[in-house]
Amino acid sequence: MTAKKTISVTVNGTVEVRTVEPRLLLSDFLRDTLDLTGTHVGCEHGICGACTIFLDGDSVRSCLTLAVQADGAEIVTVEGLGDADRLNFLQRKFREHHALQCGFCTPGMLISATDLLRKHSELSEAQVREGLSGNLCRCTGYEHIVRAVMAAAEEWDGEWNEATPRECTS
Amino acid sequence: MPTEAGPGLVGARVPRREDPRLLSGRGRYVDDLKVYGLLHVAFLRSDHAHARILGVDADSAWRMPGVVGVFSAADLEPVARSIEARSRMKNHHGTPIFALARDTVRYVGEAVVAVVAESRYLAEDALRQVEIEYEPLDALVDAEAAAEAETHLHPEAGTNVLAVREFSRGDVEAAMRGAAVRVGGRFRFRRKAAVALENRTCLAEYDRGGRSLTLHSSTQVPGIVKDALVEILDLYDHRVRVVAPDVGGGFGGKGSLYGEEIAVCALSLMLDRPVKWTGDRMEDLTSTSQAFDEIVDAELGVDNDGRLLALSAEVVGDVGAGSIYPWTAALEPVQVASFMPGPYRLPVYRGSVRAVATNKPPTGPYRGVGRPASTFVMERLIDMAARRLSIDPMALRLRNFVGKEEFPYRTGSGIVWDESGFAECLESAAARIAYEDFRERQAEARKRGRWPGIGIASYAELTGIGSRISAAPGMPINTGTETATVRVESSGRISAIFGVASHGQGLETTLAQIVADDLGARIEDIDVIQGDSAAVPHSTGTYASRSAVIAGGAARLSATALREQIVEAASHLLEAAPGDVEVRDSMVHVVGTDRRMTLRELARAFYSEMDRIPKEARETIELAASKLYDPFFGTTASASHIAIVDIDPETCTVKIERFVVAEDCGRMINPLVVDGQVHGGVAQGIGAALYEEVVHDESGQILTASLVDYAVPSAVEIPPLEVIHLETESPSTLGGFRGMGEGGAIGAPAAVANAISDALAPLGIEIFELPATPERLFRMIERTGNHRRGMQA
Repeated sequence: MTAKKTISVTVNGTVEVRTVEPRLLLSDFLRDTLDLTGTHVGCEHGICGACTIFLDGDSVRSCLTLAVQADGAEIVTVEGLGDADRLNFLQRKFREHHALQCGFCTPGMLISATDLLRKHSELSEAQVREGLSGNLCRCTGYEHIVRAVMAAAEEWDGEWNEATPRECTS
Repeated sequence: MPTEAGPGLVGARVPRREDPRLLSGRGRYVDDLKVYGLLHVAFLRSDHAHARILGVDADSAWRMPGVVGVFSAADLEPVARSIEARSRMKNHHGTPIFALARDTVRYVGEAVVAVVAESRYLAEDALRQVEIEYEPLDALVDAEAAAEAETHLHPEAGTNVLAVREFSRGDVEAAMRGAAVRVGGRFRFRRKAAVALENRTCLAEYDRGGRSLTLHSSTQVPGIVKDALVEILDLYDHRVRVVAPDVGGGFGGKGSLYGEEIAVCALSLMLDRPVKWTGDRMEDLTSTSQAFDEIVDAELGVDNDGRLLALSAEVVGDVGAGSIYPWTAALEPVQVASFMPGPYRLPVYRGSVRAVATNKPPTGPYRGVGRPASTFVMERLIDMAARRLSIDPMALRLRNFVGKEEFPYRTGSGIVWDESGFAECLESAAARIAYEDFRERQAEARKRGRWPGIGIASYAELTGIGSRISAAPGMPINTGTETATVRVESSGRISAIFGVASHGQGLETTLAQIVADDLGARIEDIDVIQGDSAAVPHSTGTYASRSAVIAGGAARLSATALREQIVEAASHLLEAAPGDVEVRDSMVHVVGTDRRMTLRELARAFYSEMDRIPKEARETIELAASKLYDPFFGTTASASHIAIVDIDPETCTVKIERFVVAEDCGRMINPLVVDGQVHGGVAQGIGAALYEEVVHDESGQILTASLVDYAVPSAVEIPPLEVIHLETESPSTLGGFRGMGEGGAIGAPAAVANAISDALAPLGIEIFELPATPERLFRMIERTGNHRRGMQA
């Protein structure tokens, strides 16, 4: 077995230094090593999108990334968005529009939607659907998710900390 | 955002109370639970469809780092018996469920060996060192051939036909002879997977000192699993607790007992440590109960005026490797035949069913159970008859729906429809989609070389089924009642305790809405406790569109009863006649005065303070009420779906341009939630119609064991969904609620199939098989010689 490696990762603004096996998936590192169980694992082959996180500002599949690849990176997970008692703008839109049912795809969906909102100043419905096509949801038929993201796109005034994760410090 | 508080919450778009934790990553699904000393299981699963297990060599696996043990069926038998689904049906053969395959494997993906290790990574490392020696047996993958085969999956049954059932009313042959038009054919609905986003997971903790066992499982049916474990493990009833915490979707796939649940419990008992298994997606696609897989030979006879005269349907259900607990192998195929006549006045019917075992994973409950297939067949027959008679398909339906004056109407299979807006749903959907104008638009589009089509599906379903019949045909388990307990805690908060188990439906919100209204409490003061077998004396779970109706009814009864107790206590505390006390907004008031107290003050006075209430009153008043509700028959929910599709002549892909649902679910508890349920069901129905298919090759090997090969629709494939609600007050249920969790998945496949058939009608193509993948459409179109030429009608 390959020797363990010590990595340093900034997760939701906190620097985490851990010694891990090179084969450890980033999703397992977040869930099991750091106890950040908000990131969900639905397929472990990059299709369902439940494990989507921000890695250095881009949305990536944490199930297709090794923890050691994240050495030195900044990560934002769903726990880095608004808290349960202080939901952020997009989370509130999801709630208002009933854009979640079982909640399992929701963390990845929020990250992908945040990515979309950050990268486009205007979004058509087709762009939203395309932009979320890497995140499977089995409960909502996507209707309410699309509506929530469209509403967020329309109302969002571009303030970084409103619809997006807290900015990471590096 | 609407306020959570206030009277009249039933019917309001109340934002869900589950959402804040789920939106912030603070949900608690089974795999999120952290338990000290936890061990992890990985299962080695069969790569043979049918084989005898000759031996297991696990010597090198035992020596791998972190390995605690390697177990096969015989190792678990001392602590875990098998269990078998029972049925009152004649000609039914139950097959036993074991923790691990015993002697024989019957499908690819069946668990044979369990490796327990300190981590899942180490367990999987060791798994690769385990060798199982098999003697391959003939793999039966075709249900019709299996019905006649001499090889039997379960030799003790003496047949592969695990259930046989017939329904009959009237003389079909005579009625068919009198029919002006007869349409029919062989319909096929391929095998489907539920694909909840959360894979199945379970974690068992055995407490040797207390001889008690807690299983956390991603299940829809904690009560059923608990009762089964008591029998399997021979433990005292009240010392087995099954908890379904946050569950990441179910759709029926988590509605049965699984071998893995038995295995983690048995291992925890044997090892005296907590043991967890978390399935991966391949395990899900190869071992979670699957859906459909039916062949239906059906014929419909109609007179010249378009009146339906007779229907016959012969169903062969490929039920896979055996019966699933507790629903039996009869569950899915029998309901295809029993729901076949649909919402129509159909005097003569004969339906027959054979449930045939094959070397595939067992089929089990899946959203809609039987009705997606029966609706596909019946609605196709209606459209085929309409085409033959040159009658508009909507007109033909309106002519044949059971009319208002005919309710309650007994169908040819014995199902009773109570009043539901069959015609109103269709008319509303048609008006929304501008049905009348479509033909003109279609003719123009066809001139431009496009292939557009429109399709209707109308159906009725039985929901909230009470104790008169079981949710599964012939199953001797009562699924028709729910008990709710509502009580005032010493803090004045309200606990409302149910046996149902939410797996995304939002029961913590909808049941609280009902309790709030009937009790006079603010919703934020109510905690709904559900998904925990220990919270109630007996329960089953959430399935069969039952929770809103049955738990909702129990919520009404118990909240009303508790309100009377609160009034009684308040009459002593506020020195008023009970008739003058009312409860609202979590306060008790003496009408016409300013005398009042909060529930918090009332609870403190009642429970903690001396001399506030006379001894006699203390001994008779209880600030808690438990009531059971039994809707007895259940109630009818109905809908019409209309799809407009456009087929690309180049690629044979089907684009759904519009999709409208008009549905009658009675009184809505929360329209947000109802919308969400309809949307989700329709999306799964569209998946079933166009994309999703579990494929096994002729040797029984699964070819769709990942989400790359098993195509689940994304936001791009699902069109905007338009939903119209018609609220017909249901006469037969408390509160007027009807169940509606499944309906979307029932109507959508048929509507899409009819729309494709309509689009391809100029080529003479009718859809008999779902999913209608581009490849299937391409082959059908090729056979007509029209591919790429368009249809310049």
